[in-house]
Amino acid sequence: MSKLVHLLGFVTLNVFLLPFLCKSFSPETPTDRRVLVLLDDLAIQSSHSLFFKSLQSRGFDLDFKLAYDPKISLQRYGQYLYDALILFSPTIEGFGGSIDQAAILDFVDSGHDLIIGADANASDLIREIATECGVDFDEDSNALVIDHTSYAVSDTEGDHTLIASDDFINSNVILGSKKIEAPVLFQGIGHTINPTSSLVLKVLSASPSAYSANPKSKLSSPPSLTGSAISLVSIVQARNNARVLISGSLSIFSNRFFRSGVQKAGSAIKHEKSGNEQFLTELSKWVFHERGHLKAVNVRHHKVGEADEPAVYRINDDLEYSIDIYEWSGTSWEPYVADDVQLQFYMMSPYVLKTLSTDQKGHYFTSFKVPDVYGVFQFKVEYNRLGYTSLSLSKQIPVRPFRHNEYERFIPAAYPYYGAAFSMMAGFFVFTAIYLYNK
Amino acid sequence: MVGKPESSNGTAKSGSNQTGSSPPSALPLNLKSDLFSSLSFKTLKLKTKQQELLLRVSILCLIYILAFITRLFSVLRYESMIHEFDPYFNYRTTLFLTQKGFYEFWNWFDSESWYPLGRIIGGTLYPGLMVTAAIIYWVLRFLRFAVHIREVCVLTAPFFASNTTLVAYFFGKEIWDSGAGLVAAALIAICPGYISRSVAGSYDNEGVAIFALLFTFYLFVKAVNTGSLAWALASAFGYFYMVSAWGGYVFIINLIPLYVLVLLITGRYSMRLYVAYNCMYVLGMLLAMQIRFVGFQHVQSGEHMAAMGVFFLIQVFYFLDWVRYLLSDTKLFQAFLRITVTTAVGVGAIALGVGTASGYISPWTGRFYSLLDPTYAKDHIPIIASVSEHQPTAWSSFMFDFHILLFLFPAGLYFCFKRLSDATIFIVMYGLTSMYFAGVMVRLILVATPAVCLISAIAVSATIKNLTQLVRTKSKVPQSGSSKGSGSSKGSSKATVDQSQPFQRNGAIALLLGAFYLLSKYATHCTWVTSEAYSSPSIVLAARGAHGNRVIFDDYREAYFWLRQNTPPDAKVMSWWDYGYQITAMGNRTVIVDNNTWNNTHIATVGRAMSSYEHEAIEIMRSLDVDYVLVVFGGVTGYSSDDINKFLWMVRIGGGVFPVIKEPDYLVNGEYRVDKGAAPKMLNCLMYKLCYYRFGELTTEYGKPPGYDRARGVEIGNKDIKLEYLEEAFTTSNWIVRIYKVKPPNNRW
Repeated sequence: MSKLVHLLGFVTLNVFLLPFLCKSFSPETPTDRRVLVLLDDLAIQSSHSLFFKSLQSRGFDLDFKLAYDPKISLQRYGQYLYDALILFSPTIEGFGGSIDQAAILDFVDSGHDLIIGADANASDLIREIATECGVDFDEDSNALVIDHTSYAVSDTEGDHTLIASDDFINSNVILGSKKIEAPVLFQGIGHTINPTSSLVLKVLSASPSAYSANPKSKLSSPPSLTGSAISLVSIVQARNNARVLISGSLSIFSNRFFRSGVQKAGSAIKHEKSGNEQFLTELSKWVFHERGHLKAVNVRHHKVGEADEPAVYRINDDLEYSIDIYEWSGTSWEPYVADDVQLQFYMMSPYVLKTLSTDQKGHYFTSFKVPDVYGVFQFKVEYNRLGYTSLSLSKQIPVRPFRHNEYERFIPAAYPYYGAAFSMMAGFFVFTAIYLYNK
Repeated sequence: MVGKPESSNGTAKSGSNQTGSSPPSALPLNLKSDLFSSLSFKTLKLKTKQQELLLRVSILCLIYILAFITRLFSVLRYESMIHEFDPYFNYRTTLFLTQKGFYEFWNWFDSESWYPLGRIIGGTLYPGLMVTAAIIYWVLRFLRFAVHIREVCVLTAPFFASNTTLVAYFFGKEIWDSGAGLVAAALIAICPGYISRSVAGSYDNEGVAIFALLFTFYLFVKAVNTGSLAWALASAFGYFYMVSAWGGYVFIINLIPLYVLVLLITGRYSMRLYVAYNCMYVLGMLLAMQIRFVGFQHVQSGEHMAAMGVFFLIQVFYFLDWVRYLLSDTKLFQAFLRITVTTAVGVGAIALGVGTASGYISPWTGRFYSLLDPTYAKDHIPIIASVSEHQPTAWSSFMFDFHILLFLFPAGLYFCFKRLSDATIFIVMYGLTSMYFAGVMVRLILVATPAVCLISAIAVSATIKNLTQLVRTKSKVPQSGSSKGSGSSKGSSKATVDQSQPFQRNGAIALLLGAFYLLSKYATHCTWVTSEAYSSPSIVLAARGAHGNRVIFDDYREAYFWLRQNTPPDAKVMSWWDYGYQITAMGNRTVIVDNNTWNNTHIATVGRAMSSYEHEAIEIMRSLDVDYVLVVFGGVTGYSSDDINKFLWMVRIGGGVFPVIKEPDYLVNGEYRVDKGAAPKMLNCLMYKLCYYRFGELTTEYGKPPGYDRARGVEIGNKDIKLEYLEEAFTTSNWIVRIYKVKPPNNRW
């Protein structure tokens, strides 16, 4: 309810501010527009230019800044200047300007997106930010992910820290509908997902034979991170639908990895081009809300045969509920088509749980009878699907019992009693008359 | 009136042939008149009878006004406001009734309380009080008095207390004489036991219910005395009003059958009784069933079965009487009697057994059990035992509420037994049973008060009358026997007077002075109690400051006002049930539980949340959609009826439904403490954290360490309280009410 009000408020606000904010993020056009890129070194701008170009070509306005630049700030006068933030500054110990860890987390908590590219020797600051997002990097700062079975074959026999991984998350929403054929080259640190966090997803996992250790020193004790528990690239979709991408490698975004061919150890196929470009382009589309962003509008409910929404239902009323769900395609809202949207009529537990029917044009509807229980119910749509923004709508509605005059006036089963009562009265009258006057 | 009970004694033996016997003729004003028509009135040209009437009316008027104004202390001390807890619900419903009309009120489904279950208000309350206040309001509006409904509600209870004095007068007149009636009216007008529930602002059911109770009893006694259908009908309507006003009507519907049964057993069965009881029971039952909250309970629940049993029994009596009239053979009749009585009792017992076994007759409720067995609630129903007004009465509160009536009561019983009649039997039974109930529960002192006042009034009136007669006859003996006729009915006392003992007159004067001294003491005591103890609204607290000045703590209203102004309209507030009515009435926010404790499980859920660790409590709070948590805390002001002191009841009530909550976890060696030696679970449960959050930083009293709890007189044991799922939203200026907001789930986890 409050969410809807919020949304409504945003919409009206947007109508007024449209001329000024037309390029910025809003619930109406959720794709990010203005992106701040913080770099350790301006050389990254050129060495990772392919990734940045793919963003710019999709219409993003990138603002490159050095991470220690004292003039940078995320907001001014309480307004955020950017819709998204890319942190390609793994070694930074302290940002310049007004940016610090809390500012970045506030940025995410107010619905903005974040991409973190960490690397070997990632600073504590970057690690802290990742931890706050539910991702724990390997604590050993010299450790890299090593895999002796699925490394990328190269000319020189290296230390097997350059991994070719193809263990993607199985989701068309996140990674696009086109299957990524080539493995992704990765060189960097591994992380695990905090078990208490329910919002982090591993997009790219290490193979079961991987482990995280310092490649330059001998392995003295069993590595703390091993196998497919290691995540190479993870994403977080926060409860306010802000999206965060965390990669243990900065070079995964680099032109060098984008262009190089790849052959996974033990595999005969040699791909001309690594999967990095496709993987990261598709992933950045997801992170910047070009895909998988749903909105629910026109929540309506009313009694069958009526059009207006009542303030209260009566038990055993027949009602109709409908909702429109749209998905943002990056440029416009398209009808969302699914057959698994469910509605709950809920009071401490769902009394009615129905799968909504759809007209294939984004309109979902159902009708049901209010249960024979009074109380304060909620219409709840909890739609959580992998990769999609979670829809959580609840609308409170009281259900009252019958009024005193809504019961049947004359019950057929009671006719004998009516008869008895009236015959008794008549009999009493006759008896009295006879008794009094029949002397 | 005095001569009448003797005649009714006779009728019980003579049988049913006196159905048509007219009620005794109007009372010759014999006794009071010579009390008051002293020489000074001779100058006025009024007849004795008129003088007496004038005196009586003016005394009654004074009593009527006195009863009203003595209850206005609270308005003068504080302001015209509704008191305590339940009255806020009554006020809210009355407001609804006056705004939306009767049918909306009758069908009101309240979605703001007992979230998410809701409450059918119309079907779960006794509407008598609200309808009464609304009618008064509408009448005043019709007469163009632009009053606010709150003023009407505030003054309803004093108004009905005044009416009660009138009923007490007539009742006293009915059972004894008009002198006793006047004394009863005067006593009940200022009796603290009654004032405690009827001061201005105490807008509760009892305010009108005591009037209705006494009125019903009066009408019934009148009906029994006269045998008139009209009076019986009136008492049925009085009963209907009582049923509509208060759950205490169960007392009437059990006392009257008991009374009838006693009369039957003592051989006082008469046609008058038959008419009075049958009419009152049958019509009263039909009328009572119109109240939605009572409905079919009146014929189905165990509490009402006694009345039905007696109803059938009295039919058997009537039948037997008729048979005896037909049969001349005594032996045959004896045999018939034995068979009939055995059969009737057997059939009744079987019907009761079958009804109970089949579930048609519901068993007695816990409240009823706890009345009969004072230990029952303590062992089985913590929610009843937790209410302070349901505690067994301390004898000191008898003294406090009755003062001299406490020993006038036995004296009055003595007089009643000396002059036994149908009416005095009734008042004796009413007095004894209600006195027993008053001993079981504090709040039932209220029910006993009218009986105690009436019986004491008999004692006072009879004593003073005897004494004045002693004084007067002495002075009259030298004169002549001119006024002998007026005193003739007091034959017995006259006889002793005639043996002219020398010190008798002086003794009588001394005793009279003593009696007046006692009565004046009673008056001062009552006024003192009313002004000091019973006029506090309990929503605004008053204390004496360091310099003897009055300090007012208005924290409750501050907090409720904050809720009303600063939270979303659909916010749900969780608090212990005591504050539910106030939050909905003053804060206008939805509550989880309130003072209408109809769903024990729901209350236990809240109790469980309060006594769990924070991370367990948050699950419960999320499942109930709780947005705010409100606790009452007296550690800063030394206000002792706060949530920490109520906390063990939350544990008990919660543990009664959810056995994971165990009382010993919160105690150390059976001792309840909040300091360093407290149980670890106690120190970390939600209630403790919410009450003492940041309290460790506060110095409450000079010379004491920070975190010194003034209500319990200890330094708290956990000063470093961190809240994870809640945040402090508002704390009132004296920390009495603290409100916390439930944080939304972490955005990134």
